[in-house]
Amino acid sequence: MRVLVTGLGTFWGSKLAQRLEAEPSVELVVGVDTREPVVPLERTEFVRADSSFSILERMVRATQVDTILHTHLVVDSTQESGRALHEVNVIGTMNLLAAAGAAGSTVRKVVVKSATLGYGSNYTDPYFFRETMPRTRPAKTRVERSLLEVADVVGDFAEDNPHVSVTVLQFANVLGEHIEAPIARMLRLPLVPEILGFDPRLQFVHEDDVIGALAHATLRDVSGVFNVAGEGTMPWSEVCTILGKRRVAMPPVLTALAAEPLRLAGLVDIPPEVLSLLRYGRGVDTSAYRKAGYRCQYTTAGAVDAFARGLRLQTTVGEPAYHYERDVEDFFRHSPAVVRDGV
Amino acid sequence: MLNGGVDGFTGGVTSGPVERAVGTQNLLGADLPAGELVPVPRAPEPRVDDAEIRAGDVDGWGRSEHMRALARLLYDPMYRRWFRVEWEGLENIPTEGGALLVGNHGGAIPSDAPVVMHGIETELGRPVYGMADNLFRSLPVIGTLWSRTGGVPAHPDNAYRLLHDEQQLTLVFPEGTKATGKLARDRYQLRRFGRGGFVEIAMRAGVPIVPLAIVGNEEAMPIVFKSGRLAKLLNIPYFPVTANQFVFGPVLGLIVPLPAKFRIRVLPPVYFDAAPNQERYNRSVVMDHSERIRAQMQAAIFDLLRGRRSVWRG
Repeated sequence: MRVLVTGLGTFWGSKLAQRLEAEPSVELVVGVDTREPVVPLERTEFVRADSSFSILERMVRATQVDTILHTHLVVDSTQESGRALHEVNVIGTMNLLAAAGAAGSTVRKVVVKSATLGYGSNYTDPYFFRETMPRTRPAKTRVERSLLEVADVVGDFAEDNPHVSVTVLQFANVLGEHIEAPIARMLRLPLVPEILGFDPRLQFVHEDDVIGALAHATLRDVSGVFNVAGEGTMPWSEVCTILGKRRVAMPPVLTALAAEPLRLAGLVDIPPEVLSLLRYGRGVDTSAYRKAGYRCQYTTAGAVDAFARGLRLQTTVGEPAYHYERDVEDFFRHSPAVVRDGV
Repeated sequence: MLNGGVDGFTGGVTSGPVERAVGTQNLLGADLPAGELVPVPRAPEPRVDDAEIRAGDVDGWGRSEHMRALARLLYDPMYRRWFRVEWEGLENIPTEGGALLVGNHGGAIPSDAPVVMHGIETELGRPVYGMADNLFRSLPVIGTLWSRTGGVPAHPDNAYRLLHDEQQLTLVFPEGTKATGKLARDRYQLRRFGRGGFVEIAMRAGVPIVPLAIVGNEEAMPIVFKSGRLAKLLNIPYFPVTANQFVFGPVLGLIVPLPAKFRIRVLPPVYFDAAPNQERYNRSVVMDHSERIRAQMQAAIFDLLRGRRSVWRG
C-alpha cells in the first residue's frame, strides 16, 4: 500500500503518518503540507506544497500512490479567515480529487476526515443524526457551508469513480491532551462559558480514536459516510463538573454580541457554530461504523475523563512534558556515539 | 550501555503504552516502538466503566431519573388532589417492551402529558418519555427542565429509537398544536391525526399502539379567545386568552390549570400486521389505521363524556 497524506503538518496528519509507518503493509507514506510535521517520523517523505494542492496531480503520477488520506479539512473557524477556510477546504479537496481521478491515476482509495459539524445544531434536530439524514436548517457559518460543499464534491467523485473506494469519516468534537479545538480550548479556561438556561447534550471522541478510526478506514475495506463518536452523550454542565470547572453564563439572547467582547479582550473566541452547539448540542448515531468494524476505545464519558486527567497533569506540571526535539532524536538515531545492538 | 539506558527510560516512563505501540525494526535495531526514542507521554487508558466517571444521571435523551423523581414528588398533590385522576384499563399498558401511547390533546398549556406520565410512572413503575413540539427545546430554562423531566422533541427518529432500540413507553399526541390551540367550544372534537406518522413509526419499530381517551384536559385550561396576529408576531403556534386568566390573572392564568376532574381510559393495544424496519409503509394502510384509532378514541371520549355528571366532580 502506497499512501499520500494531506495536511501532514497538522496534528492529525502527523499522528496518522506515524501510525501508518508502524504498519508493515504500508510500503510508502508521502505527506504534503505547508508546514513541517509536528511529530518524529521515521520513513515518511514530506513535500512542502501550497494549501490548495495544485501540484498534487504530478505527485500522484510520480509516486504511484494507491491511497489518499485527506486530513486537511479545517473545522475550527477560529484558525483561518473565512476566505482561507473556503480555499483550503473546498478548493483543496477539489484539486485533490481531480488529481485522484485523473486519467491513468493509480488511486483506488480516498479517505476524508470531516466533522459532524456539517449537521449543525438546531432545536429542530433529531437527537442522534444518522449518516443518511440531512441537517434540518440551512448552514449559516462559512465553515459549515464549506463542509457541506466538500461533502457534495466528494459525493460526486465517488459517483464518477466507482472503482475508487471513498470513505468519509465525520468526527464529533474531539477531546484529548494535545488537541487544540474550540471546545477543548474553552474547557481549559478557569471559567467555562455556558448559555444561561441551556444545558446541551454533547458527544465527544478521543484523539486516539480519531487516529484509530482513520487507520481502520485506510487498512480495511470500508466505504461510505460514517459518523465517528464515543458512545453516549453528556450534558455540558456535567462535563464541567467532571473537569472541576466553574461555569459562567452568557445571556440566552444576543449571545453572539456578548461573546464579542470576550474575543476582543483575547480571553476566548467562541465562533457562532460553537455558540449554537452550546445552545442545542448534537448527538450522532455511531452504529454504522461499529458495524464496519471499528469500535471507539473511549466513550463520550471516557473521553471527558481522559481529558480531565490530562488537564490535572497539565495544571500540575505545566504544558505538555514532551517536545519533539529533532537534535536529540537525530543523536539517538544517527550518532556514532550511540552503541547499537548488532552493529 | 547507553542503549540500555534509553530502553530503561522508555520502559520506565511509558510502561503500559509501549506494549500497545507496534514495534518496528528501526535504526537502533532494538525493538523500540516507532518514533519513540524519547519517551512520549501517552493518553491515559480509558476506564472500563462509565459509571465511575459520570457526575450525573442524565441519559441520552436529556432525562434525569433524579429530576423526574423530584418532579413526581412536586406534582403528586396536583395529580391526586387537584385533578383527582382516575384510570380505567391500566392493564392494557404493556409492563415490558416498547409501546406507543397515543392520547388526545387539549387545553392552552395542556396538563394531559404530565398527568399521563405521572400516572403511569407511579402506577406501573415504568418511565414514560413524552414527545412534544421541538419549540420547547428552544426555550431557556423551561426547555432544560422539560428535557430533564422526560420531554423529548417529537422527531420521528427519536420516537423510533425510544420504541425500537430502547423498548420504552413513549407518549405522543398526534393532533399536535392543532388540538391545544382550539377554542373551548371545539373541546373534545379530535383534530386531524397529522399524516398518520405515529402509525408508521409504531410499525417500523414493531411495537403496539395503546390509545388513551382523556377527559378533563380541555376544561383545565380552556381558550376563550386567540389572536392570530400576535401569534404570528411572536412566532408561536397560537396566542391564547384562557378562562384561567379571568380567575387567576393574566400571568398565573397561563400556568395554573382549573381543577377539572381527569378520567383516562386506556383502550386495548393495537398490533400491526407489518414487518418492522422497512424503509416505507403503504400509505393507505397507514392512513387507514390512523383513522381507525382516531375513531376509536373519539368514541371512547364521547362515552366518557356521557358518563360525566360534572366537569369538576366527575
